[in-house]
Amino acid sequence: MTRVSMRVDGVTYTDEVEPRTLLVHHLREALGKVGTVVGCDTSNCGACTVHLDGQAVKSCTVLAVQADGAEVTTIEGIGSTDALHPVQKAFHEQHGLQCGFCTPGMIMASIDLLKENPSPSEDEVREGIEGNLCRCTGYQNIVRAVQQAAREMSGTSETLGAQS
Amino acid sequence: MSTPTRTPAGAPSSVGGPGGRIGDDAQRPDGVLKVRGEFAYASDLWMDDMLWGVTLRSPHPYARIRSVDVGPALAVPGVHAVLTSDDVPGEKVYGLELADQPVLALDVVRYQGEPVALVAADHPDTARRAAARIVVDYDVWEPVTDARAALGHPTWNQVHDAPAAVTELSRESAHLHPHGNLVRHLKVRKGDPEPTADVVVVGEYEVGMQDQAFLGPESGLAVPGEDGGVDLYVATQWLHVDQRQICSALAMPPEKVRLTLAGVGGAFGGREDLSMHVHACLLALHTGKPVKMSYNREESFFGHVHRHPATMRYEHGATRDGDLVYVKAEIFLDGGAYASSTPAVVGNAGTMGLGPYVVPNVHVDCYGAYTNNPPCGAMRGFGSVQTAFAYEAQMDALAAELGMDPVELRCRNAMELGSETPTGQVVDSPAPVAELLRRLVAMPLPPEPATGDDVDLRHMPGGVSNTTHGEGVRRGVGYAVAYKNVAFSEGFDDYSTARVRLEVVGGEAVATVHTAAAEVGQGLVTVEQQIARTELGVDAVVVHPKDTAVGSAGSSSASRQTYVTGGAVKAACEAVRGRVLERARGLVGRPAGDLRLDGGKVVSDLEGVALPLADVLGDDAVEETVEWRHRPTQALDPDTGQGFAHVQYAFSAHRAVVDVDTELGLVKVVEMACTQDVGKAINPQAVVGQIQGGTAQGLGLAVMEEILVRDGRVQNPSFTDYLIPTVLDMPPMRIEVLEYADPHAPYGLRGVGEAPNISSGPAVLAAIRQATGLPLRRVPVRPEHLTGT
Repeated sequence: MTRVSMRVDGVTYTDEVEPRTLLVHHLREALGKVGTVVGCDTSNCGACTVHLDGQAVKSCTVLAVQADGAEVTTIEGIGSTDALHPVQKAFHEQHGLQCGFCTPGMIMASIDLLKENPSPSEDEVREGIEGNLCRCTGYQNIVRAVQQAAREMSGTSETLGAQS
Repeated sequence: MSTPTRTPAGAPSSVGGPGGRIGDDAQRPDGVLKVRGEFAYASDLWMDDMLWGVTLRSPHPYARIRSVDVGPALAVPGVHAVLTSDDVPGEKVYGLELADQPVLALDVVRYQGEPVALVAADHPDTARRAAARIVVDYDVWEPVTDARAALGHPTWNQVHDAPAAVTELSRESAHLHPHGNLVRHLKVRKGDPEPTADVVVVGEYEVGMQDQAFLGPESGLAVPGEDGGVDLYVATQWLHVDQRQICSALAMPPEKVRLTLAGVGGAFGGREDLSMHVHACLLALHTGKPVKMSYNREESFFGHVHRHPATMRYEHGATRDGDLVYVKAEIFLDGGAYASSTPAVVGNAGTMGLGPYVVPNVHVDCYGAYTNNPPCGAMRGFGSVQTAFAYEAQMDALAAELGMDPVELRCRNAMELGSETPTGQVVDSPAPVAELLRRLVAMPLPPEPATGDDVDLRHMPGGVSNTTHGEGVRRGVGYAVAYKNVAFSEGFDDYSTARVRLEVVGGEAVATVHTAAAEVGQGLVTVEQQIARTELGVDAVVVHPKDTAVGSAGSSSASRQTYVTGGAVKAACEAVRGRVLERARGLVGRPAGDLRLDGGKVVSDLEGVALPLADVLGDDAVEETVEWRHRPTQALDPDTGQGFAHVQYAFSAHRAVVDVDTELGLVKVVEMACTQDVGKAINPQAVVGQIQGGTAQGLGLAVMEEILVRDGRVQNPSFTDYLIPTVLDMPPMRIEVLEYADPHAPYGLRGVGEAPNISSGPAVLAAIRQATGLPLRRVPVRPEHLTGT
């Protein structure tokens, strides 16, 4: 067992973990952060995406010990009690989810994308979230949600190229 | 009939009144939980003292079990129970339509992945390690892996050659079940048995095995009850049919087996059959502790049924002018090791398998077979998906033979209100098949592919792999139409139950809707709220958790829940409203017929009376439970397949535009356009969402999705090797929604979910054929099919 300490959604946790433990299993099973889900086990679906020191990572490809000393943000750590993060709000308003299983990872990947590129074109949104699978929506409303969030976060309201 | 309206995609949401009523883009009640990561999926369930259950599965597609030794597993510290079929107290086999599938393997395993034994331990790794120590001695048999061979049918090109299939069946072990290898044979016979036509086209087609690939793997938590019963929290599509099968296996009455729907991460048919349901209950009852079972992705591929692979032979005859004279079809569906819903899939493929066209003379034989391949059952589109690839390829081939435009040929033969179906049923609600196609044709096409310096690699087949700058790239455009029955057919007693309560809480009128209808992502909970708001004139509507404390709602499948559970909620609301208005009549001294509910008040339009519900109800709650049925359907005639078998049809059409790199065989779908008649869009935003998602799944089957099964063994049980469309595979869409009311359905609505999954793939195939000139008789299309290498 190895002692690891990480700050997750603003709270510092110190635990003994087996070195082979994946970050996603540590989050879910040791810390109870079940908002981050496991969809595929093989790093294909992106449902488990979290931010590690501000960068989106698939938490099934990271060992818990690699996150020692790091700042981890999950879907449960964005937004506030009173208000949704603009990306969360946009996914809800644009019907960017159905079953919602991909949503935590999609939102975390989208926030990372918007940090790098605050006003992405439709092609750039698509490139930015190509590592995240959704089986319900056909992605149309997800792309739209990210574009809405980009407008709100940059304080603009002009319509981006509609994909009708 | 209502005037058709169009829903412009991308229009701002119009939420009429707080929360949204019928026809509004009401927002999902679970949406905020889902975007916050607070929605509890089945895999998130947790109890402090729970055990973890795992399943030991057969590595062989076909084998006799000589012996099972669980001793080494029981010896592992932390293991609480190891169970086999001997520990199943009730019926040892189960099934949706035929009870033929063992809860745990009996003497023979019939597919790779069949559950053999269960382990419960205090940690999932301990349980897995213990399961690996169970010693099973198998006598391995040669699997039967071809549906036609299993039925003793020679392959079509062997008809006049040596019948290899007969050799296959000469083995004693080639009879997989005591009643043989035939699950169902449906015959449809209509008109002249020996028709002739000016122009005849014949084609043989094959569709591979598709996986539902829902993102949230199977999971459930069984908790032993103090009464000796069990509570099961599970992600499923039909709580009550699960309950019936669990009760049978546990030999318990329904009151001791209580189910509650846990959060469902997608379904698409794959949760209609049992997975870990009985297993978790057995372990919980055996250990006296809560037991959680969660499949990983690999196990999920073995843990649910898939879409039936199909081989089909079609013969279409038409006049020189392009009028269909006859269609003959032979359809073989590989049901795999156990029946699941194969009989109903055969019913759909056989009755819907000629598409939405008027055909005077029909001769269809549709077979469902047992093999040692993975069991197949429900998946979105259910028999219509496979046949649509064949009948639409045939329509294109016929158009080419006639020198006609393929859309014109379709419109010329399209069903409409009053047409007779191949099964002799008169279409008694709008069927705007030709209009759906003509609206697609009228939509603008995307720009031609760029060339030279303007090439954006992201828009090329092969993408940023930089495989082409436009050399060898050809564009194609294709059309296809879907035809799907809505709700359960062939005389099935199809109903749903709704319990609705109206009361005043803290001064506000609140309605509670309680049904067992599974929310699987489609947005039924939103629809339930919209109906209650509309019918009861209140803003606050609570959707009670879905459980078996109320009567069955039937399955969240067959595009049926908005119709059937929507109908039940509407009827229960009407019953509640009637009682409330009757109470109010005495208070306001007006006939109840003049009163209505609006804004939490009883209102009279004549007198302008507005009486708060608090004054009418006081502390009372008015509650009604209604079991609601759509008009009955009938069984098909066993010799002719004729009869009033379907209550409603869904129609959608797609246009696909593709660019094909003909040198490398790579396909880029450039745009998908869809038109669909939905009767009445209860929630337009959710309707469009269904069209978008269904389109993506159809595109996936057309060009990438297939469970590869070799000698009965799955070759690609992972998302690394089983590919589903990414955001880069799924192009932008144009969508038009039509609303021609069905006079027989609540609000005139028409089931939505499956049709777009049916027409999308065949449109992509038609587009690739147009681009390449190749016949392309098999889906999914692979690069080697396009390059001939």
